[in-house]
Amino acid sequence: MTKIYVSTIVNGRPEDVLCEAHQSLLDLLRDEIGLTGTKEGCGTGDCGACTVLLDDRLVCSCLVLAPEAHGKEITTVEGIADSQDGLHVVQQKLLEHAALQCGVCTPGFVVAAKALLDKHSDPDEETIRYWLAGNLCRCTGYDKIIRAVQDAAQELATTK
Amino acid sequence: MSNFGYVAPTTVEETLSVLKRATDQGQRAQILAGGTDVIVQMRSVDNSHRLFVDIKALRETNEVLIEEEQVYIGAAIPSGVLNENATLKTLLPGLLESADLIGSTQIQGRASIGGNLCNSSPAGDTIPALIANAAICVIATSEGIRTVPVENFVTGVGRNCLVGNEFLLGFQIPRPSTGTGDAYLRFIPRTEMDIAVVGAAVAVTLGQDGICSHARVAIGAVAPTPLLVDAAGVALVDTPVDEEALRRAAQICSDASQPITDKRGTIEYRRKVVGVLCRRAGAIARDRALSNQ
Amino acid sequence: MADAANYKAIGTRPIRPDGIEKVTGRANFGADLNLPDMLHGKVLRSPHAHARIKRIDLSKALAVDGVYAAVSSADFPQEVTSSLSINILARDKALYHGHAIAAVAARTPRIAEEAIELIEVEYEVLAPVLSLDEAMQENATLVNEHLRTNDEESAPPSNIASTQKFERGDVQKGFDEADVIVEEAFRVPSAHQGYIEPHACVATSNPGGRVTIWCTTQGPFEVRSATAGVLAKTVSDIKVIPSEIGGGFGGKTVVYLEPVAVRLSELTGKPVKMVMNREEVFRATGPASATLCKIKVGATKDGRITAAQAWLAYEAGAFPGSPVGPGAMSVFAPYDLENFLVEGYDVLVNKPKVAAYRAPGAPQSMHAMECAIDELAQRLDMDPIDLRLKNAAKEGTVAPYGPKFPPIGLVKCLEAAKRHPNYATKPEEGVGRGVAVGFWFNIGMQSSAEVCVAEDGAVSIMEGSPDIGGSRASMCLMAAETLGVPYETINAHVGDTESTGFCNLTGGSRTTFATGLAVVKACEDVIAQCKARAALTWELDVDQVEWQDGRAVPKPGVNIDVDPLSLAEIAKTMSRTGGPLLGRASLNAQGAGACFSVNWTDVIIDRETGKVDVKAFTAVQDAGRAIHPAYVEGQMQGGAVQGLGWALNEEYIYDGNGVVENASFLDYRVPVASDMPMIDCEIIEVPNPSHPYGVRGVGETPIVAPLAATSNAVRDVLGFRINDLPLSPPNVLAAIDAAE
Repeated sequence: MTKIYVSTIVNGRPEDVLCEAHQSLLDLLRDEIGLTGTKEGCGTGDCGACTVLLDDRLVCSCLVLAPEAHGKEITTVEGIADSQDGLHVVQQKLLEHAALQCGVCTPGFVVAAKALLDKHSDPDEETIRYWLAGNLCRCTGYDKIIRAVQDAAQELATTK
Repeated sequence: MSNFGYVAPTTVEETLSVLKRATDQGQRAQILAGGTDVIVQMRSVDNSHRLFVDIKALRETNEVLIEEEQVYIGAAIPSGVLNENATLKTLLPGLLESADLIGSTQIQGRASIGGNLCNSSPAGDTIPALIANAAICVIATSEGIRTVPVENFVTGVGRNCLVGNEFLLGFQIPRPSTGTGDAYLRFIPRTEMDIAVVGAAVAVTLGQDGICSHARVAIGAVAPTPLLVDAAGVALVDTPVDEEALRRAAQICSDASQPITDKRGTIEYRRKVVGVLCRRAGAIARDRALSNQ
Repeated sequence: MADAANYKAIGTRPIRPDGIEKVTGRANFGADLNLPDMLHGKVLRSPHAHARIKRIDLSKALAVDGVYAAVSSADFPQEVTSSLSINILARDKALYHGHAIAAVAARTPRIAEEAIELIEVEYEVLAPVLSLDEAMQENATLVNEHLRTNDEESAPPSNIASTQKFERGDVQKGFDEADVIVEEAFRVPSAHQGYIEPHACVATSNPGGRVTIWCTTQGPFEVRSATAGVLAKTVSDIKVIPSEIGGGFGGKTVVYLEPVAVRLSELTGKPVKMVMNREEVFRATGPASATLCKIKVGATKDGRITAAQAWLAYEAGAFPGSPVGPGAMSVFAPYDLENFLVEGYDVLVNKPKVAAYRAPGAPQSMHAMECAIDELAQRLDMDPIDLRLKNAAKEGTVAPYGPKFPPIGLVKCLEAAKRHPNYATKPEEGVGRGVAVGFWFNIGMQSSAEVCVAEDGAVSIMEGSPDIGGSRASMCLMAAETLGVPYETINAHVGDTESTGFCNLTGGSRTTFATGLAVVKACEDVIAQCKARAALTWELDVDQVEWQDGRAVPKPGVNIDVDPLSLAEIAKTMSRTGGPLLGRASLNAQGAGACFSVNWTDVIIDRETGKVDVKAFTAVQDAGRAIHPAYVEGQMQGGAVQGLGWALNEEYIYDGNGVVENASFLDYRVPVASDMPMIDCEIIEVPNPSHPYGVRGVGETPIVAPLAATSNAVRDVLGFRINDLPLSPPNVLAAIDAAE
């Protein structure tokens, strides 16, 4: 069994790891690099709990093979908060709106919502709901998550 | 134990030689584009060992060429990237929508039209839209390039016409002329995240007089393969693609369908709804054609 | 009980104490623990829904390089014959598709996965029993040949594990008095709890038999006793550390993996991690019972219900224990009835053993009753809320299941619904509206809490209730209110089974009520100690000191001139006044206080595709007292969307061999964000007299009413009723076509 060398940058930090070809980027992050903030809810791309940014594009890390990460930049939930400024506005608003209950889907929502706000400065409710349709939440009924993202967008707009 | 491998060749020649080497060594090779079907199937259906041949580093699978006569779309371009191409979106809105319907934002970051076709599911969303737009598959073979119309590509559930070490590079699509519009609609129980229960794509070309000169209709998830329904297209030609013509085309689609009952829908349901979607997609395609004069 | 207006902390919406960990990915859930030298366990599952197991040969799996151990039920104490132990690993028969047969522990998950495929199992395939109708027939194939209804030795073996019946008055006389009678049968399919985090655990067995289990669970103490039971250990052999829990909804009240992981760890001497994949979660855990509920209800012309009768059959899965009991308790609970009869049947089928799912049993039976009530309102030409108001249970009503209701909020909820702008605004043309009532009786049970005060006055709560929905915040709020100190100075911790007193599971909507009660009492204990310390400092008797706004003060009339002593000031000198301040309470909480709700939803239907779209949803619910209103709303909204999912698209689809065809989030269709509207909430507060702040559990009730509300809204659009769920597009279109 040959291990494959993967050189990648995770949350700004270079990571050189060995993996097997059948492993996913999610396995790589959680088991090899030790970043367990990204969660596995289904392993089939249907729940979004494993959402990360791969070269600035939103993906389910369970549907990326670990060796595909070679030479790429990855942002996980652990890399969203700024070490200087603290929580990202999306994280802050999710907390203020009580938009998490169990919190296991939250990492995926944080990454996906941040990507949305990086792309759309003023998304309407429908845009938010469709953008986040790949992130399942079984606890909140989505209401407070949507409001938190709306609020975050508004805050970003006023501070810009 | 584990005999999984991964390679990411950068040229067509290299890819073909990697595939040949694997074949010669008796190793199973599998082409990897976006992976949104391949990786799921590795986990849930067939977890046997294999060499993944990632074709995303090839120029031919990644480029979009918009020329006077035709449009070329690389097979491995993620749908999310494709949908950021404004020109393409104007030219082929129905096809781009069909790509945009596959899965979530996250899936959009990976899933490609080529992968959707090669997965060869009866329910693949982009396949009817490709067929309606008369797309041609560009296939790399050890003897060079060969082409196949998309409607002839899928040969059965999960089966297609690729043989040996062939792989799909991209699609040539006739550049839609003035007065052409396309549309794809699918039915799913939710608003997102489902596999199509039924799909229908329509592309029409209307003259200055508003009369249809050319039409192609394709349907999905209602037969072992997506179907080009020639007669439905014929029913729209020489009409203003009005309600009456659309109802005729819809009936033809329902009659042409050979659906099954499964966890996603029943025979009766699919047969009825494929007509409904044909009618609705036809109306959208017509309106697009009219605004594109 | 203080007036709500006087509360400082209760009723506010602060950020939860564990929030930052959860939005930054630092919180550790079940699958997040990795230990040195750890092995990975995987389970081989039955490919048949019903089969006799003739032989299991583990040798080929054991021979694989990297495999350390393999087990079947033969490796477990045979004298233990509980359902639980047989569900964890099948004995003589595989009882459902996905039933665990054997397990291995290996160096990597991949090796374990490949090794289980090498286990040889010889099956004699038997005909499966897959429906209530089939199972309840005489001469039906038996899931369990030794099972007799209600354990009556004289009875022949049956798939009906138990029956129950309660009645009052004379139903026949009641129906004779009725001007209108509705009699209908309703089917509700099996639904899965659908928590996003799959079951996961890590077990470590030390030489000498001591075991530590890290796992995701609603009840670490129940995991301890269940695992001890299966392994014939004593509970003191086992320590359970609950991880953060990624949703449960009742589904994480039972164990599946833990005893197997412990056994594998015992055999290998290494930590063993086991994590289910999503397919296993669907095939082998949960779900809620599929049911057939027949309802007959009669009323006079003016809308007075004269009699009601329910016949309820619930699938239990392969082992006895469906929630038909709570279903029977709930079915008529919202109504003040003179004459009723409820019969319930707990029925075995070759499907996974059902588990609790949010208000277990109530959504199914109340779907039937609330549809029947709506039908009655139609026939009587009455507003559906007026009809319910006319018959509503209130304080003093004797509940169908026995006790007399203390103050309850049903009438207030109905009245609030009636004047709610969302109800007052009539739906537009083409939009249908449906109303239904929800109910859950709520439970108390045992809880413990400790409240420690640090030397700077910071307060830390140690409790045993896993926090699934923000309960730490509620505990801190109640502590802040009781102690009179700022919320920000308090933190709450969920302890393991050896660091906190016994606590029953998080479930039944008991945590904020019962564990909250323990926290309040532990805080009162701290206050008593603070008063004693202040009395000592001031050289007063303790009964000359009182606690006001977080400070000890001499009682009015006590002639002494001293500055009040705050909690922080008392804490600073506690080493000189008797040592650490530590409050404790443990209790078996009584008087949980029933929770009622009224929901209504507006829907539209695409008549050509049968698709139902939810345009609006409003939930009105009695919380007793909302400690953290945002988390109360969160329960209402989350439960509403689970209920809507069950009503619209969620169902287990079985093939003829008992194989679930949709064991994935792709085809088991829980609502996604774009499916749902905002869920409007109005919290009603009718304080529960059994709690110092008036708390009622709020978690279960929200899932109950949406099922019937959706059915009733669909009826409103179509003009005819579809009795069975789900109201999925193929079902709705088929009904439309049949009606045309």
